[in-house]
Amino acid sequence: MIAPVAAVSHTTPRAHAPGRAFLHIDRVAKSFARGSAVSEVLADIDLRIEQGEYVAMIGHSGCGKSTLLNIVAGLLDVTSGAVLLEDKEVNDPGPDRAVVFQNHSLLPWLTVYDNVRLAVDKVFSATKSRKERHAWTMHNLELVQMGHAKDKRPMEISGGMKQRVGIARALAMEPKVLLLDEPFGALDALTRSHLQDSVMAIHQKLKNTVLMITHDVDEAVLLSDRIVMMTNGPAATIGEVLEVKLPRPRKRLELVDDPTYIQARGAVLEFLYARHKAPALQAAE
Amino acid sequence: MASSAANMKRIDSAATPASAAAKAGPAAVVSFPRRAPQLGRLPALMREIAATTVPPLIVLSLLLLVWQIAAAGPKATLPTPLKIWQDAKDLIVDPFFVLGPQDIGLGWRVLTSLQRVAIGFGLAAAIGVALGTLVGQSLWAMRGLDPIFQVLRTVPPLAWLPISLAAFRDSAPSAIFVIFITAIWPVIINTAVGIRNIPQDYRNIARILRLNPAEYFWRIMVPAAAPYIFTGLRIGIGLSWLAIVAAEMLTGGVGIGFFIWDAWNSSRLADIVVALVYIGVIGFVLDRLVALVGRFATRGVAAT
Repeated sequence: MIAPVAAVSHTTPRAHAPGRAFLHIDRVAKSFARGSAVSEVLADIDLRIEQGEYVAMIGHSGCGKSTLLNIVAGLLDVTSGAVLLEDKEVNDPGPDRAVVFQNHSLLPWLTVYDNVRLAVDKVFSATKSRKERHAWTMHNLELVQMGHAKDKRPMEISGGMKQRVGIARALAMEPKVLLLDEPFGALDALTRSHLQDSVMAIHQKLKNTVLMITHDVDEAVLLSDRIVMMTNGPAATIGEVLEVKLPRPRKRLELVDDPTYIQARGAVLEFLYARHKAPALQAAE
Repeated sequence: MASSAANMKRIDSAATPASAAAKAGPAAVVSFPRRAPQLGRLPALMREIAATTVPPLIVLSLLLLVWQIAAAGPKATLPTPLKIWQDAKDLIVDPFFVLGPQDIGLGWRVLTSLQRVAIGFGLAAAIGVALGTLVGQSLWAMRGLDPIFQVLRTVPPLAWLPISLAAFRDSAPSAIFVIFITAIWPVIINTAVGIRNIPQDYRNIARILRLNPAEYFWRIMVPAAAPYIFTGLRIGIGLSWLAIVAAEMLTGGVGIGFFIWDAWNSSRLADIVVALVYIGVIGFVLDRLVALVGRFATRGVAAT
């Protein structure tokens, strides 16, 4: 079964296409004021994401990717512009935009099950019975293959397993948008590819809308429908948006020789290392 | 079960090389070193117990010996250990005798003191955690209250006694107040630090889940700050035990503190020494008790 590539609204970020988008990051700018010094982090970010789309955001360290993700999550306020989810402005954090953090952020005093159950109890307190909430918790743990470790505490499981539980907790909130903040950044290469495959399978099954931050080029090309490439800060903005026209489901091994994959990978590398080199690398030459 | 099965296996395997050695000569050379630790299994446990109990016993005996020699001279001002044993044997042997209103075993006196500590420390723990949470959570509360706390916490316990006697006009609540005011500062300060150190990630999770203040307090704040809170409680219980003895010396009654003062006034030096040992042991037990509760209550939190 080959799923169609998600609907594409536009290829350049500046083209303000008419009509509604599922998630619209509308000309967002963000600056931090420290005393009298104001540092502009993000400028004029405009991005439309369709329902079910998997969008990766890539850029060098310090380009404000995480800031943008936190703005979408509602954890940070915009300086100007707005984030619209289904045409409604979002200002506060909420379970409709669940975040998977880089360092898992599981509560260490709760078991794997209770970490997910806390979210389930909170989000579905009114709509699901006790029994249904238990079943839903277990369902999400099984989805990330962590049902076997439900009674373990976070300190007793590996980094990859913690990240799986973090993903289960986020999925259990049934978010409209799943926000992944470098979810595999702290993992070793093998664990990372396992988890990428899991996330791909889950996305295939649930058709979530995903916004993922990464600085791994292969990961971005493998997982996403579109890759948003960020210029360097200060005042970072979207430099280019690349559509990845690879059919799904994608197989890691088959893609190695795929011309579309190689081309997409080359385009991202070219953007990152030829045109928008990291400031530190520039200085070294 | 599993370990006993493992033991059986070990015995089996210990027997095999020996019988094998009888048949094949060279194998004995290889199997011999394996037998030594197996023979030492049971003694190993005893050796471990001995390793923790023998050194303190040796040091204690040496100290008693030195004390005996030092206090044996005719001009010695303090009793020797043997003299203490003779004079205060009743106190040492039976902690719970009752011979009259003021002639009771040290166990009863310690219990009276412990009761006061329980009330004073209990109040200090409850109010200390509440105030610490306020100071840790609110910047304005911290700015307003922290300087006052920093000054008040340096006031020695006994300096509070006259003013509390004046306020309560009774010795029992005054002693409890002194315990309270001594123990509360480390609880407040450690709780505040614990609350302030809650990782931003946990706060973010709470915001995404839209936990209400009560849920945030019970589900995130208390468990996240628990290791700090228990550090404060542990310091607090130690300080309350220090303060109760001093307070009771001045307020009278049946406590262990008053017993020491009373013994001093009637020149029963041996009784004082016995009471000191009681106080030390009880203080040690209290400290370990809070540490134990803390370890149980904060399982898993320390390692993130």
